[in-house]
Amino acid sequence: MIEFENVSKSYGESKVLDRLNFRINPGEFVVLIGPSGCGKTTTLRTINRLIEPDGGKVFINGEDISKVNPVQLRRTIGYVIQQIGLFPNMTVEENIAVVPKLLKYPKEKWQPIVRELLELVGMPYKENAHKYPSELSGGQQQRIGVLRALAASPPIVLMDEPFGALDPITREALQEEVKRIQKKLKKTIVFVTHDMDEALRMADTIVFMSGGKILQMASPEELLQNPADPLISEFMGKHKGAPGASLTAGDFMKTRVLKASRKTQTLQSVELMRKRDVNSMIVVNDDDTYAGTVSLDTIKALGKAGKEIGDMMEDQAPIVNLNEDAHDTFEKLYTSPVGYVVVLNDDKTVAGLITKTSMAKAMGEALWGEMLS
Amino acid sequence: MGGNAVMTFVAFCIDHQKDIFNCLVRHFQLVGISVAAGMLIAIPLGIFLSRFKHFALAVLRLAGMVQTIPGLVMLGFALLLFGIGLPPALFVLSIYAILPILQNTYTGITEVEKSYIEAAKGIGMTNGQILRKIEIPLALSSIVGGIRTSVVFTVSWATLAGLIGAGGLGDLIWTGLSTYNTNYILAGAVPSAIVAIALSGLISIIQKSITPRGLKGVSV
Repeated sequence: MIEFENVSKSYGESKVLDRLNFRINPGEFVVLIGPSGCGKTTTLRTINRLIEPDGGKVFINGEDISKVNPVQLRRTIGYVIQQIGLFPNMTVEENIAVVPKLLKYPKEKWQPIVRELLELVGMPYKENAHKYPSELSGGQQQRIGVLRALAASPPIVLMDEPFGALDPITREALQEEVKRIQKKLKKTIVFVTHDMDEALRMADTIVFMSGGKILQMASPEELLQNPADPLISEFMGKHKGAPGASLTAGDFMKTRVLKASRKTQTLQSVELMRKRDVNSMIVVNDDDTYAGTVSLDTIKALGKAGKEIGDMMEDQAPIVNLNEDAHDTFEKLYTSPVGYVVVLNDDKTVAGLITKTSMAKAMGEALWGEMLS
Repeated sequence: MGGNAVMTFVAFCIDHQKDIFNCLVRHFQLVGISVAAGMLIAIPLGIFLSRFKHFALAVLRLAGMVQTIPGLVMLGFALLLFGIGLPPALFVLSIYAILPILQNTYTGITEVEKSYIEAAKGIGMTNGQILRKIEIPLALSSIVGGIRTSVVFTVSWATLAGLIGAGGLGDLIWTGLSTYNTNYILAGAVPSAIVAIALSGLISIIQKSITPRGLKGVSV
């Protein structure tokens, strides 16, 4: 059990930790989260005395840690950092065994541990133990980083944004692995992140901090339902309601669209559309506000050379505001007789178009990151 | 003509092989002792400076300044202090051997990535263990690089030692210069050039062989 009793820390004028009081139960997965500079990492680092508080006390299993030799203390607490920090001059095996060796375990004792731990993350001993960190992928390196923290079976493991530098897919895999290992080995984990997704996925208890204080300490469920502070709701914004609720029409449109004044003449319009290889375009008024659309077919059917397109406009295309909810926009797109939706700015000028292609592209990007156009 | 000169030089070398060999041995002694002394001073000092960085700038500047004093001037001072013979030569050469090793030890250690130190501290290494298990191994290649520079310098500076009666290949060169005998000059200059190149190459090989596989291809 970890207990904070009135723990404070200042650097010069600024208070980083402001009389913190909380308690972490054995076997609990606690995530410290909050905006940068909120004191979450400082809090974590007071637990293994990398930072000494100015006031207050930290207890582990009832023992005041300021009375424990910091080096001895750290050997009983696992520590994982974002930069991984595997020692590049040591093999995977040597890296994992580093704390057991510091604790003077004989080889017959630490070698099976290394074997077992590598097995635990699906990296067979034979293929991986004698590799150097530079020969592993980022995700594999951080797996070893986690194993190094676990090797001497510490009851407590501290993790400081351990997956912050990994790509989303690797990060998710590691989150699951760590959660699984934590349950299996019944570790107390204190985990710092600024990613609410990660916090909600992993935590038994979330500690939300701001300005060196705890704004709320609660289960993910409780935090979602009853955020104690507007800042927390803001941090969780996108997690309320249906997924994707915060997306708007503006996120899905393409902005390179063909526009022409209503005074443009028919032949010129046909030429413009041919050049861009499109079969309709947007017509705007003199003040650049949206007037309507015109299609090649209409011009062919009605147009004579020299006529202005303003006289041939249609108004079948659905119109949405830039900030319109994405879900409603989708429905309009599906029912649109022309196959697209026109997106307008607040001043009625044209912001862009949403077509099925632009929508598919935006969805793809939301799922898999930047796509080739 | 050119062929002739080479022939005479070779003949000269065979005639004087015992002298040349003795000078070579003495040269190795000069270089070996002074580089060893340089290491003994520079490596601990470099480590010390990496712990107390506020001294580092001043000390490194001072060492840099000493390095710019011409060798002859230094020899002159040493002569006044120690008289003629081996001691002043070893003194001067050792001083010149310090700087490259000092500089490389200091930068090698201070350039070890902070995340390694942070991780080492966080998992419970003492400062001494961090130095022995992390910092020195990671700085080793840089330190050996400094030693190599030192050796190459010292091999060439050591020819000056002949001037103050400390012997070495310089003896042959100075004899040649004062008697206008090209063969003596070459008999000193050629071996010292070969020694410099050979030692530099040898140390490069050592440097590579002590770099763990995990660090190869990574600039340190």
